[in-house]
Amino acid sequence: MSELLLPPEHRYAKIINEKRNDDGSEYSILNLGPTHPATHGIFQNILLMDGERIVEAEPTIGYIHRAFEKIAENRPFYQITPLTDRMNYCSSPINNMAWWMTVEKLLDIEVPKRAQYLRVIVMELARIADHIICNSILGVDTGAYTGFLYVFQFREKIYEIYEEICGARLTTNMGRIGGFEREWSDEAFRKLNVFLEEFPVAWKEFENLFERNRIFIDRTVNVGAITAESAMAYGFTGPNLRAAGVDYDVRVAQPYSSYEDFEFIVPVGKSGDTYDRFCVRNAEVWESLSIIRQALAKLPEGPYHADVPEYYLPPKEDVYTTMESLIYHFKIVMGEVPIPVAEIYHPVEGGNGELGFYLVTDGSRTPYRLHFRRPCFIYYQAYPEMIKGSLLSDAIVILSSLNVIAGELDA
Amino acid sequence: MAIETALIQEKIVQKFANKASNFGMQKDIFSFEITSDSIREVILFLKEEEDTNFHFLTDLCGVHYPDNTIDQQFCVVYHLHNWIENTRIRIKTYLNGAQPEVASISDIFLSSNWMERETYDFYGINFIGHPQLKRILNMDEMVSFPMRKEFPMEDNGRTDKDDRFFGRTANC
Repeated sequence: MSELLLPPEHRYAKIINEKRNDDGSEYSILNLGPTHPATHGIFQNILLMDGERIVEAEPTIGYIHRAFEKIAENRPFYQITPLTDRMNYCSSPINNMAWWMTVEKLLDIEVPKRAQYLRVIVMELARIADHIICNSILGVDTGAYTGFLYVFQFREKIYEIYEEICGARLTTNMGRIGGFEREWSDEAFRKLNVFLEEFPVAWKEFENLFERNRIFIDRTVNVGAITAESAMAYGFTGPNLRAAGVDYDVRVAQPYSSYEDFEFIVPVGKSGDTYDRFCVRNAEVWESLSIIRQALAKLPEGPYHADVPEYYLPPKEDVYTTMESLIYHFKIVMGEVPIPVAEIYHPVEGGNGELGFYLVTDGSRTPYRLHFRRPCFIYYQAYPEMIKGSLLSDAIVILSSLNVIAGELDA
Repeated sequence: MAIETALIQEKIVQKFANKASNFGMQKDIFSFEITSDSIREVILFLKEEEDTNFHFLTDLCGVHYPDNTIDQQFCVVYHLHNWIENTRIRIKTYLNGAQPEVASISDIFLSSNWMERETYDFYGINFIGHPQLKRILNMDEMVSFPMRKEFPMEDNGRTDKDDRFFGRTANC
């Protein structure tokens, strides 16, 4: 049967031919993905299986590779945000803000405090949205649909807040060099306050459903455990690393956008298994909520963007009526704004790890080279190692607990 | 709480005197260049040495500089990070344009396995000693290396993508 699935020179075909068990049984091959509903994205894994147990796995990625790095080399800076949206599409504002901060670091732009705080709020909202998806889908994969239904409407509420801020929901393309495009509306703050009131109740309920749930614990404890050493060797960052007990968080190690102004703890786990990853994400949601509350309480008055008119397009009505705006509009569209020659690496704490932008400029309007350090791409290579010896149903649970986002994996 | 850049520089110069050059801060990251024949030893040294202890490979990527001299047309950029002292460094190594190859560090940092594959996939840089150097994001049948500067973007003059069919007027 194996000849039908794999070419005879394939590694697995050889293993199957060489190894036959004493009782006459043999290894089999299972093709998991690329478009299986349980993989939540387009990943393929060719599994070599001994009955229900996974002996080896071979991942294939790149099914939604869109060559963003190449496209970015041909686009001016302000047109690259839509590309970053489409990487980790569960938390696109983090990607957007990370990109703006990279450009601001390049151009030495000081962003006003208010804009920084607003950015913190929207980034933490994005983190909550990301963790809602990851944890509730993990629930679904272990057979508990209810929790998912409880909390998923709040992702919708977060998207409504995004909509008030920038007009878009999923691929937000939010902000611009130096801050935001416009002041947040009163409606945005109202919706945010409603969210801060209603969401904790639902999240508490969600936690209660899972954290002491016998079935959930049986399905997740000691499943896909990874030690701190091998997590670091495999380049883990973010909640997956912290679940293994390493308290590395970019927000603390290298604060950006005024994260140093807020009090929060970095939740860590112990064993690095699926259950710990789930708990770390749960705890992070509470910390994010606390950061948002602190930021709202301390939100300073002032401008919502830096005074750098040479880097963002002026309002259209000004272009037609004032000279400066017309000049800036012309210069930006024609690419005559001076850009320093530099190399920048800017990391932020993304939804699932250290998201970094490595930007090389040569003085022209487009990046000479832009590399995305995508946390998913780097830690997904540990997946075959993590599922070795576990059951097929565990492999599904491990995959969703790692929160691998196909868009970010393939860029 | 950061490692003094002077200390890193001193250690590197002491051990790899004529292999290292261009030390300096680039914005917030200390960076330097290493000749491609000793990059592996330098990274291993920086990882194992107690004072530096760069135990985490943050990023590895390639850059193509077709306008440089033939010996410097490709660059592999390594970002290392010491979490305890919270120090980042950037190491660059330039490779020959006709035959870009460099020693793999996938046994020093497991995480570099896919990053090197990605760099190979996009730039055709051969990482010697890599356990499974094959394409990762592009399809296996592809023959070119798409992130090289000479690889063209989509032709603007494509006629099968006529804007009029999408309700826009043609740009001509």
